[in-house]
Amino acid sequence: MTALELLDYPFMQRALIAAVVTGLAAPMVGIFLVQRRLSLMGDGLGHVAVTGIAIGLLTGTSPTWTAVVTAVLGALLIELIRERGRAGGDVALALLFYGGLAGGVLLTGIGGQSAANLQSYLFGSITTISVADVVWTMVLAAFVVVVCLGLSPQLFAVSQDPEFARVAGLRVRLYNVLVAVVAAATVTVAMRTVGLLLVSALMIVPVAASQQLARSFRATLVGAVLVGLVSAVGGLWVSAVASYSARVAPGPTIVLLSLAFFALAWPVGAWSRHRQRLAAPFPDDPYAVEDTDEHDVAGHHDHAHGPACGHQAVPHGDHVDYVHDGHRHAVHGEHYDEH
Amino acid sequence: MPLTPRPAPHGQEGRAPAESAAPPVRLTGGAVALGGRPVLRGIDLTVAGGDFVALMGANGSGKSTLVRTLVGLLPLGRGGLELFGTDARRFRDWHRVGYVPQRGSAASGVPASVWEVVASGRLTRRRPLRPLTRTDRAAITDALGTVGMADRARDNVAQLSGGQQQRVLIARALAGEPELFFLDEPTAGVDLPHQEALADTLRVLKDRGSTIVLVAHELGPLAPLVDRCVVLRDGRVVRDGGPLTDAEVHLPWHTMLGGGTGHGHGHAPDGAVDHGAPPVLSPFDRPLDSPAPDATEHPR
Repeated sequence: MTALELLDYPFMQRALIAAVVTGLAAPMVGIFLVQRRLSLMGDGLGHVAVTGIAIGLLTGTSPTWTAVVTAVLGALLIELIRERGRAGGDVALALLFYGGLAGGVLLTGIGGQSAANLQSYLFGSITTISVADVVWTMVLAAFVVVVCLGLSPQLFAVSQDPEFARVAGLRVRLYNVLVAVVAAATVTVAMRTVGLLLVSALMIVPVAASQQLARSFRATLVGAVLVGLVSAVGGLWVSAVASYSARVAPGPTIVLLSLAFFALAWPVGAWSRHRQRLAAPFPDDPYAVEDTDEHDVAGHHDHAHGPACGHQAVPHGDHVDYVHDGHRHAVHGEHYDEH
Repeated sequence: MPLTPRPAPHGQEGRAPAESAAPPVRLTGGAVALGGRPVLRGIDLTVAGGDFVALMGANGSGKSTLVRTLVGLLPLGRGGLELFGTDARRFRDWHRVGYVPQRGSAASGVPASVWEVVASGRLTRRRPLRPLTRTDRAAITDALGTVGMADRARDNVAQLSGGQQQRVLIARALAGEPELFFLDEPTAGVDLPHQEALADTLRVLKDRGSTIVLVAHELGPLAPLVDRCVVLRDGRVVRDGGPLTDAEVHLPWHTMLGGGTGHGHGHAPDGAVDHGAPPVLSPFDRPLDSPAPDATEHPR
């Protein structure tokens, strides 16, 4: 059976839609969380949403909606604690992590729900997603995409420098709350795809991979969305094909695939940053004495430096220095000067 | 509209004439408390249009606190603050104000290009959900050119030197084409060539008729530009007048004479002022330099 024949199954069609939507929306929020250095906020919200799921299972209402509501409340709480003291931001996240998870497991037990029921939310069950869930996932994702793209200049400014944004007249608190609410919505979007415990991965890992190679915010965003999409769809496909021979869960496969993108991007990024550092111009000393007698001639020098001589050429003021065994050689007439 | 007795001078968009009646900044009897402890007391400061004012003083003298109060980041405990003749609590023309925060770095958790950071300064004049207009782009390009960073527009800010990042932050403030600039310690940790580049940029702004309020520990190459020096000591103004004379420049701050506090005993001479707060914060505490959340938002 080929991958395309898999698409004849309605459950695979629904799963594919959910994967595309999640891969698209999650990195768009994630980039603002990474920018604020709040990479773990998605994780905190995921844990809080566990309690919401349990409440839904306990009361017989739709777990998707109870999860949205508790995640939004958790997001507002995190934002409140963050606003009141930067020093306590990570502690606040930790409090919510454990409170949310413990509350969820406790409530599920009280309701007598089988552990498997909660597990489908903890680790995702993209292939059992219902039509109604697909529709609501798409609606939530559309909200996330519209907010993140439409207000991206404002959200960028507020995340980059909140104080400057406030003096610029932006309603910083409103935008902070908006990011928190959108993150909470994303948690519920990704809940069925990768599960609550791995939600944050799809928000953060594609951004982490993309920013290895990007120099601008826009490039990071485009790259992150691409990595998110390819990981989500690719992970679903790999797990579907592999499931003929072994039990391969789609959620973890998607996350591991996005981590693989990071593992590929990181060495390339590290190498290119290293190259950039080596080639960065030496600072030009504006107070250098323009005295031709005052220079330091390099000793015995057989090698002729040139564009392809193998030594790193670095701009220095109006000329080029060649990095040679820890020395900086600049051409001066027939010889080289030490710079 | 302002409810102050004086006529509302600035209903119109864009630049006001330089001879406009209301001064850009008028602070009367200003007092600011951080974490419940009084920091600034009895500050009267009026900045006229086109003035270049340097706020000086030792570490902990309150000069940064004063600037952060003037731009609305810290709440005024007592006294009145008017910006362009409008009570600061009702002031909404933030596009007329440019703020360059005290900051080692312009970078954040995600790469951002120089152009993107500078473009965020244009948000003072942009409505949400509208694309950049040609005017916006021209202003951003012009701001980059003014600070001499036009050729670095596509570079990642995180890879610039401290002095270059400072220039990016100035360009960000410039992009909104403000009339009134607040710069918080723009020369701190910046080497002499970059301080001179900064002085050139500020000279351009001064020649355009901008009003500039600048916090500095030392003036260095900026000294020739300064029209007026306000010296703070322990939260009070001890000197307000023309540029510092050579003799005054070499006076240590704590011996500066003036109509100030009148008692000089028991203060830490030069280091940071101890506000007496416990050093450890719980998750629900606010750091001392952060305003109470209920008193901070600009009303809209």
